[in-house]
Amino acid sequence: MIAIFRKEINLFFSSLIGYVSVGVFLVLMGLFVWVLPNFNIIDGGYASLDTLFEVAPFVFMFLIPAITMRSFADERKTGTIEILSTKPITETQIVLGKYFAGMVLVVFSLLPMLLYYFSVKALASPVGNVDAGAFWGSYMGLYLLAAVYLALGIFCSTLTDNQIVAFILGMVLCATFYFILDQLTELSAFASISGLLTAINIRSHYLAISRGVLDSRDLIYFFSIITLFLTLTKQLLVSRKW
Amino acid sequence: MSVIVEDLTKIYGEQSAVDHISFSIKPGQITGFLGPNGAGKSTTMKMLTGYIMPSSGSATVHGIDVVKDSLSAKKLIGYLPENNPLYTEMYIKEYLRFIAGVTSYSGNVSQRINQLIELTGLGVEQHKKIGMLSKGYRQRVGIAQALFHDPKVLILDEPTSGLDPNQLVDIRALIADLGKEKTVILSTHIMQEVQALCQYLIIINKGKIVASDNTQVLLSQQNQSTAYQVQFKQKTEQKILLAINGLSTAESNNGTDWIITAAKGVELRDRLFEWAVSQNNPIYMLNPQQKNLESVFQLLTKTN
Repeated sequence: MIAIFRKEINLFFSSLIGYVSVGVFLVLMGLFVWVLPNFNIIDGGYASLDTLFEVAPFVFMFLIPAITMRSFADERKTGTIEILSTKPITETQIVLGKYFAGMVLVVFSLLPMLLYYFSVKALASPVGNVDAGAFWGSYMGLYLLAAVYLALGIFCSTLTDNQIVAFILGMVLCATFYFILDQLTELSAFASISGLLTAINIRSHYLAISRGVLDSRDLIYFFSIITLFLTLTKQLLVSRKW
Repeated sequence: MSVIVEDLTKIYGEQSAVDHISFSIKPGQITGFLGPNGAGKSTTMKMLTGYIMPSSGSATVHGIDVVKDSLSAKKLIGYLPENNPLYTEMYIKEYLRFIAGVTSYSGNVSQRINQLIELTGLGVEQHKKIGMLSKGYRQRVGIAQALFHDPKVLILDEPTSGLDPNQLVDIRALIADLGKEKTVILSTHIMQEVQALCQYLIIINKGKIVASDNTQVLLSQQNQSTAYQVQFKQKTEQKILLAINGLSTAESNNGTDWIITAAKGVELRDRLFEWAVSQNNPIYMLNPQQKNLESVFQLLTKTN
């Protein structure tokens, strides 16, 4: 697993994908939080990073499928999957290696966000007057959300050997889980299953955590959906052998 | 026995890519897997290496079942897939270090890498990215990768396809060298290669084994009816030639150059000489045509 993990990390940073995706995320977040007129904190006048947490899930919706699109699609296209599958490692190790490598990029994108927190804390009046609970909750939520997106993206990458298709599928799946399911609950046709839709929708759990309340049900939700999609990915790889 | 295959079958939809084949391979031998494109060579190799699972039947490598205990079997097998897939953006050493990781190599990795670079003749190119290498050198990287964990069985799927004549000689020499200590199975459709490299031969067609034996035995078996290439001074006709007792076929394009075959057990050359004298048509050339593997192959895999 560590060999796969290391290989993926090297790949991210030798092929620019790593720099570009982290860079774009940081630039966009910086723009939304500090510069763009309708969003920025200075004009808003409140010492809170709500904008960040509102916008970040949408930015990740593009960036994470971009990170994961090549993970299995490319291995299949170039045939290197045949090398991996004939070495004495399990499919689970391959999937987890790739998954955790993606997680490293997420950490690199989210760590600088702490700077914003401390800046806002210093700018607040009186200094330090920010809702710490809400921040740390949302910040945690963002990691969990990105972790789910990664699992969805890697899953989509196993469906096809075309990176672009994998990217689009990943984006659609992330969007579906983030807000499309939520929107569906408002349609009368789905009224009978609206409870279920809300329950499997990421946004409701993300918002719950954002309030600063860590509920075990939300955590279980995040971990089960990650496990589900990584297991599906593994099963798909195994089923290809038959 | 190093590799034992019993009743191995792979069915895709309605079609059997590999149809109940059985064979066994002795250790320390180079075995050639010969067959036309689409005969099932690659599919068989993919099943042996655990890349795909058989529909039925079994295969064992040094007594280990490749399906039931695939991880242990993979430790014993080194595999070079067809078309030699590689991570082109990696450096050679970086790639080999990665292979060390995925094969859980327990020894000194740097030492092993240097050893393999030496063995496969990658020395001068060792600091390059794989993507910048020529096909011959990529093939060496592919072989180094397959050899990394010092497997007992080496499975090479068309290891010499697309190489230029010089590279071909080098890679063949390398394979012959490896065959001294390891069990090597290689697939190819180049006949000279089989004759030059393989001690044992398995000819496969449409998913079935049509012949399997020692290369020499297979060659001599097919040499019973003899063909000759003959050139006469003057033109002659087929029906006149066919009148010779013991001559079974005669073909020509121009009337002077003929390919003739003798019936089994007949020494045709004496009769041909007597015929030429009687016809007053001197023989300018008489060449016995040894049946080579190429014709054996064509004979066995011809589709009617």
